[in-house]
Amino acid sequence: MLTNCAAKTLSVVRGSLRAIATSSAQRSDNLFVHRDTPEDNPNIPFEFTAENKKRVDAILSIYPEGHKRGAMIPLLDLAQRQYGWLPISAMHKVAEILGLPNMRVYEVATFYTMFMRKPTGKYHIQVCTTTPCWLRGSDAILDTCKKQLGIGVGETTKDNKFTISEVECLGACVNAPMVSVNDDYYEDLTAKDMQDILSDLKADKISPPGPRNGRFASEPKGKPTSLSEEPKGPGFGLQAGL
Amino acid sequence: MIRAPLVKALGALGSPTHQIASRAVRTSAVVAQTPAKAPEKIEVFVDDIPVKVLPGTTVLQAAAEIGVEIPRFCYHERLAVAGNCRMCLVEVEKSPKPVAACAMPVMKGWRIKTNSDLTRKAREGVMEFLLMNHPLDCPICDQGGECDLQDQAMAFGSDRSRFTDINYTGKRAVEDKDIGPLVKTVMTRCIHCTRCVRFASEIAGVDDLGTTGRGNDMQIGTYVEKLFLTELSGNVIDLCPVGALTNKPYSFVARPWEIRKVSSIDVLDAVGSNIVVSTRTNEVLRILPRENEDVNEEWLADKSRFACDGLKRQRLIAPMVRMPNGELQSVEWEGALIAVAKAVRNANGQVAGVAGQLADVEAMVALKDLVNRLGGENLVTEQDFIKGSGIDVRSSYLLNSTIAGLETADAVLLVGTNPRYEAPLINTRLRKAYVHNELQIASIGPNIDLSYQHENLGADASLIKDVCSGSHAFSKVLEGAKKPAIIIGADLLARPDGAAIHATISEYCQKLKKPDWNAFNVLHNSASQVGAFDVGYQPGLQRALQGQPKVLFLLNADSGKLTRDQLPKDCFVVYIGSHGDNGASIADAVLPGAAYTEKQAIYVNTEGRAQQTLPGVSPPGMAREDWKILRALSEIVGKPLAYDTLDELRSRLDDIAPHLTRLGELVPASNSDASAQTTPNKSISGGAIDVKLKELRDYFMTDAISRASPTMAKCISAVNKQQRQNEEAKQSAAI
Repeated sequence: MLTNCAAKTLSVVRGSLRAIATSSAQRSDNLFVHRDTPEDNPNIPFEFTAENKKRVDAILSIYPEGHKRGAMIPLLDLAQRQYGWLPISAMHKVAEILGLPNMRVYEVATFYTMFMRKPTGKYHIQVCTTTPCWLRGSDAILDTCKKQLGIGVGETTKDNKFTISEVECLGACVNAPMVSVNDDYYEDLTAKDMQDILSDLKADKISPPGPRNGRFASEPKGKPTSLSEEPKGPGFGLQAGL
Repeated sequence: MIRAPLVKALGALGSPTHQIASRAVRTSAVVAQTPAKAPEKIEVFVDDIPVKVLPGTTVLQAAAEIGVEIPRFCYHERLAVAGNCRMCLVEVEKSPKPVAACAMPVMKGWRIKTNSDLTRKAREGVMEFLLMNHPLDCPICDQGGECDLQDQAMAFGSDRSRFTDINYTGKRAVEDKDIGPLVKTVMTRCIHCTRCVRFASEIAGVDDLGTTGRGNDMQIGTYVEKLFLTELSGNVIDLCPVGALTNKPYSFVARPWEIRKVSSIDVLDAVGSNIVVSTRTNEVLRILPRENEDVNEEWLADKSRFACDGLKRQRLIAPMVRMPNGELQSVEWEGALIAVAKAVRNANGQVAGVAGQLADVEAMVALKDLVNRLGGENLVTEQDFIKGSGIDVRSSYLLNSTIAGLETADAVLLVGTNPRYEAPLINTRLRKAYVHNELQIASIGPNIDLSYQHENLGADASLIKDVCSGSHAFSKVLEGAKKPAIIIGADLLARPDGAAIHATISEYCQKLKKPDWNAFNVLHNSASQVGAFDVGYQPGLQRALQGQPKVLFLLNADSGKLTRDQLPKDCFVVYIGSHGDNGASIADAVLPGAAYTEKQAIYVNTEGRAQQTLPGVSPPGMAREDWKILRALSEIVGKPLAYDTLDELRSRLDDIAPHLTRLGELVPASNSDASAQTTPNKSISGGAIDVKLKELRDYFMTDAISRASPTMAKCISAVNKQQRQNEEAKQSAAI
C-alpha cells in the first residue's frame, strides 16, 4: 500500500517536472557580425606603436615555432589597450602578424566578451550586477552611473569618455558591491562613492582603487571577528587521559 | 608552418583525437601508407558483438564496421573531428558518462552500448536541445525530405515535446548571410555542426567561414560582409545536415521524393566526376555528386553542379539549314540530312571532322567512320596538343599518376597549368597531399593562388629545360622524392615548341620513374580529349584546314577558335551539337544533338578512365543523339555505318580500343619510353608561359553549356562585384 502510494506520488512529481521552464532566453547585446561604420571599417589604418611593436616581439617569442597562433589573445589585448577598443583593422593587423586568415581572428575576438568591438570610452565602467553585488546594492550603483553620465548600459558618452557595461562576477564578492574602471577595482561602494569616482574621472583624476569603506582589502570591517584571542597552547581540548 | 589549421589545433591539445582527426581526413591515403608491421588489433564489443579494430579507431568507426550506425551531425569522415554536436553519445560500460563516439578512441575490451537506456536518453536530450532553437519550418525548407535533422529526430528523438513556448519568444533567430549566388543561407536553421567551416578551411583552402560569438549567440558566417567565393562552394550544401545552406538556383523547385535520379558523369571538365542527375518531368533540376573514391571522392566543382540550367537555354531544337539569304532556317530532319548529303557527295572525299570539348566517344567514332568511308582522313580535336607523333603512345597524353595517386605524391611540379580552375577536384587532391602528406609543390607559369602554398619558379619556358636537366634546385626535390609528379597543362603543349616541352619533360620523367609510378602527367581541360586521342583523332585545327575541306563536320566544336575566314569559300560546315554557340553560328547546316544528360555516352577522363553518362531526360524538340544523327546521315549519303544500335556501336569501340568499354575501370597505360626517343627537335624557345584560367571569374564559363547558364553568369557578376568593392575600398583608404 505504502509503496503503491509512494510510486503514485513520484509519478505526479515527475509529470510536473517534465515541463521545461521557458524563461526568455538571455542574449548578448553585442552584434556578432561586422557592420562598416565611420569609426570602424577595414580602411582605417591600424599600426602598433614602436613601443608596442617591441611588446609584440616579446609576446611572440614566448610561443614556439608552429604555435605562434597562441599569441592571438595577448596581441588582441595589446591592440585593444593601445586603441582603447578593438577595431576590425586591428584584428586584421593581428592576423597579418600571425599569418592567419582574418576569420580565425574574428572568431576569437567575438568569443571573448572583454574584447570591445565597438567604440568604447576612455573609462570603461564595468558594474558587477551578479547576485552578491546585487544583494549589496549594485542596482543603486548602476543607477548612479546612468544618471550621472546620462547614458544607458552598453552606451558611450558623446565625448567618448565613458562607457557603462553590466558585467558578471569579477571575483570581488567579499567587497561587494564593486565596479571596475578599466583595470582598477573600486569596492565596497555606496552611491555617494560612485558619484565621487565619476566626478573625479570627469576631471581626468583617477581615484585610488580599492575598498571605499576603510577596509584595506577583504578583511572584516572594524576588528577581526575570529581568531582574535591569544592562541591556546599545545594540548588544548585534549582528554585528560592523554 | 601550419598546414592544417584545425587538425593541428586539435593535436596541440595533446589528445589522442589528433591521430583520429588526421586518420579520418585521409582515409584513402592511410590505406596506401599502412606501415609494414601492422599494430595488433584490439577487441571491443558493440552491442555485445565482438569486433576487432586497429588501435586509434573511434567508437563510431568500430560500430560502423559491424553495420551499427551511430547518429551524428558534426562528424564527417573527410573532415577533421570536431565533436561538438554531441549527437553521437553512446554508453560505454563502466564509464561514468556517455562518451562522444566520433572522437573517442576505443580501448581494449570496451563494451559499447549503442541502444541502451542511457544512450537513448542522451540522444533524446541532445535532439531536444537542438530542436528547441530550430525553427521547425520544414514545410518551407528546401532540405525537407533529405534532412539529417528531420531523419534523426524521427529515428532517435523523443516521441513527445516538452516545448511549451507556443509564442516562440525564446527561439534563437540569426540573420541570413549573403555568401554568393550559389548558396542560399537560412542561418536560423543552423545547428552549429561547423562542417561548412571545416570544409572551407581544410578542403577548399579558403578560410572565409567561421563561428562568431559564443553560447546561444554563436553563429556561422563570414563576420564581415563577404561572398564565399571558391570553385567548391556547392559542397557545403551537401555537407550541411540541415537546411541552413541550400542550393540557391534550386530553391523551392522540387522535393526529393518527386525527382528521378540518374547516375551519370560530369563532362564540364576532364576529371569525369561522378554525378547524380535529378530530373522531373523531363527537366534537369539539379546535379549532385556521387561518391567515387578514385575520381571525385564525394565532392563536385561548382561549374559541374550549377551549370545544369545551361542545359535548358540556347538549345538547338530543330535542324537548320542556311538559306541563300544567309539566315539559318528550321527544316525537317529529312531536308537537313538531304542538304548535308548533297554537299558530302559533291565533296569528293574532301571531308574533315572536328571534335569539340563535349563530344562523346560514340559520336566521335561514328564521325570518324563516316569521314573515313567518304574518303576523308582529317579528323582532329578542337583543343590543340603537340604536333607530331606524341600521341601514339597512350601514356604520353594521360594523367599517369592517376587522380587518387596524386594524393600520395610528395613532390609535384605544375607546368603551365592552373589545376584549381582547370580541374578543381584534382586540385583538392593536391591540397590534401599538401596538408597531410607534406607534399612540396612548385609551378612554372604565372604566379596564381592555388589554395595552398607553392613555390613559383618563374614563368619562363626555359625553366623547363633547367629543371629537366637537373640543374635547377627543384630538380633535387623531384629526384629525391619517393613519388614525384610533373603535371603539364594541355594548353601549354599547344605552343609551337609544345613537342619539345613534351619530349623534354617526358624524357626527364623516365628518370624519375619508379616501379608502379609514372611521374608524367598531362592535365586536360576538355572531357572529350583523351577519348578522341584513344580513337585516333589528331590534335589541332590546322591539320583539318590544310586539306582544304569541302565539307567540315563540327562535332560540339564551340570554342570559337575556328572562324569562317580560315575556311575555303566553298566549304560546307555541318554542326552537330546541343547548343547554339560559336559552332552553330558559322555552320551551313545545324543538326541538333543531345547534351550529356540526354544520352548514354562514354567519356574518358584525363587519367584515361572510361565512364558513361546515362540519359536523365530526352533531348529537346527534334534533337537526337549525336551518333544516331551520323548513322542516319550515312544512310542517306549511301555509305551506311555498320552499326544500328548502341550495343553494336559499343562493340565497334571494343575493336578500336578495348579499354573504352571497360567502364569505370582504369586501364593503366604502358609505361614505355618510346615517345621520348621519337622527337627530333628538342629546343624549347623561351618566352613566358601563361594559363587561361587565372582567376575565379575565368572559371565559370568555359564551354557551350556553362556559357548558356544564367547561374554561371550570376557567379561572374558576383565575383566582379566583390572585386570592384575591394578596389573601391582600397582607393578610399588611399585617399
